[in-house]
Amino acid sequence: MTIQEKAQTVIDEFAMFDDWMDKYAYLIELGKDLPLIDEKYKDNQHLISGCQSRVWLHAELKDDRMYLTADSDAVITKGIASLLIRVLSGQAPKEILEADLGFLKDIGLQEHLSPTRANGLMSMIKQIQLYARAFLLKSQNA
Amino acid sequence: MAIDIQKIRADFPVLSTKVHGKPLLYLDNGATTQKPRQVIERIKKYYEEENSNVHRGVHYLSQLATDKYEAARAYIARYINAASEKEIVFTRGTTESINLLATILEDNLSAGDEMLITAMEHHSNMVPWQQLCLRKKAKLKVVPVTPGGEIDMAVFSEMLSPKVKLVAFAHISNVLGTINPVKEMTRLAHKRGAIVIVDGAQALAHTPVDVQEINCDFYAFSAHKAYGPMGIGGLYGRESLLDRLPPYQFGGEMIDQVAFDTATFNASPQKFEAGTPNVAGVLGMETALRYIEEKGIENIQTHEDRLLEYATNRLEKITGMQIIGQARQKTAVLSFVVDGLHPYDLGTLLDQMGIAVRTGNHCAQPLVESYGLTGTVRASLAMYNTLEEIDLFVDALQKAIKMLR
Repeated sequence: MTIQEKAQTVIDEFAMFDDWMDKYAYLIELGKDLPLIDEKYKDNQHLISGCQSRVWLHAELKDDRMYLTADSDAVITKGIASLLIRVLSGQAPKEILEADLGFLKDIGLQEHLSPTRANGLMSMIKQIQLYARAFLLKSQNA
Repeated sequence: MAIDIQKIRADFPVLSTKVHGKPLLYLDNGATTQKPRQVIERIKKYYEEENSNVHRGVHYLSQLATDKYEAARAYIARYINAASEKEIVFTRGTTESINLLATILEDNLSAGDEMLITAMEHHSNMVPWQQLCLRKKAKLKVVPVTPGGEIDMAVFSEMLSPKVKLVAFAHISNVLGTINPVKEMTRLAHKRGAIVIVDGAQALAHTPVDVQEINCDFYAFSAHKAYGPMGIGGLYGRESLLDRLPPYQFGGEMIDQVAFDTATFNASPQKFEAGTPNVAGVLGMETALRYIEEKGIENIQTHEDRLLEYATNRLEKITGMQIIGQARQKTAVLSFVVDGLHPYDLGTLLDQMGIAVRTGNHCAQPLVESYGLTGTVRASLAMYNTLEEIDLFVDALQKAIKMLR
């Protein structure tokens, strides 16, 4: 599936929830369920400082596709991170760089991505794009 | 005399707004309080009818603005019981007041001297001093806080060595709600000949402030945490000290005579007020303090104590609840963590229910870390909060906890 198709499935999923409580309950489940990152990557090198909640991010390139894992100490942040990963992980760096993340707005989570929100998610997206750019440059130079 | 909370609430327009479709329940008063329409209207009236630059014009409006501005200074001096209005310097707020002091007190600290602060200080009453001590190669010593959230007075006393030249501490802790024994701390520090600076940011709205009774040398405060506008506050300074200290910033208003190669300076407090002041802010601050005075700070205190006690009792019944800050003398602040749950998650869910609390380290990172935490949830109260709101808040918190567990 393309990024766009994956984003659409997330939008469809969230369309089922009538109120904020169900939506957040689902996010919390996503946050709790997914073992997102290998413990060995939960170090300072992979830490994205978001002031209040900490986010760890790991990216690697396999067969020209970028694979992402992440974790956070706040479960709602982790839930949103898992949505981002679901949509972006396994795609080519070029696609990730060009991806439209508007789906987070469509499911009513845009406030979590405000640059002033102290949860690390915005920094996480920037970090993913940095990785994507680096992988892209590396592949072009190879 | 009891105060009529519903009448007070009607004075605060923002309290009838909605957040995420739910009525706003505002419990972030430690960050900033809401403003009554009297304050909002005072600022509007100034710009509509009185706006002019102060202290310079011969014309009517300038004289009017100057009179109002200086009358506000006199009122604020009386409000905190300063000996004279010359002891009130207007600043942008507590942070600027303390930065001003950390600049002009430089010559009072030499290499090898010591300065004392406490472990419960806001970054604003910590970092300016830390940087001053680094510049002057002086030692910044930190008085520890007991697990309950109080200053251990025996330790404080012991740490007051003859080398201590400056002592700075909060009147009320923004994280713990502790009301410090500022009068006794000042007395002990003065016995050592130290200059005493009190950070009053959290105090003005919640407790009577009498600078002569405390007997401190400086007292810093902000209007916006006491129902006044943002960007304005003040510094009380003992007149004899202000007179002999050097200026902070240079420019208009603060000078006496100027030549290209030299200048003499105005008397205090104008000496410390370079540039065009925030006149509307000063008038708004005066109106806010008059509003508090009209309701009666003792009545407000009684009401807030009742809310605090009720909220504490309800919170303590929640499984896994840990209230941070259990000082015997405490006001208006409830900091807490719930076992296994991140403050950010709790704050996010409370926000969805229309409830504004603060989460994080509250600009007191070393203090929060000393409890082995990265953050807390903080609900902080004001005169317009009600028992019903406490019930709504605790019920919402329980709902959030249930969702997260």
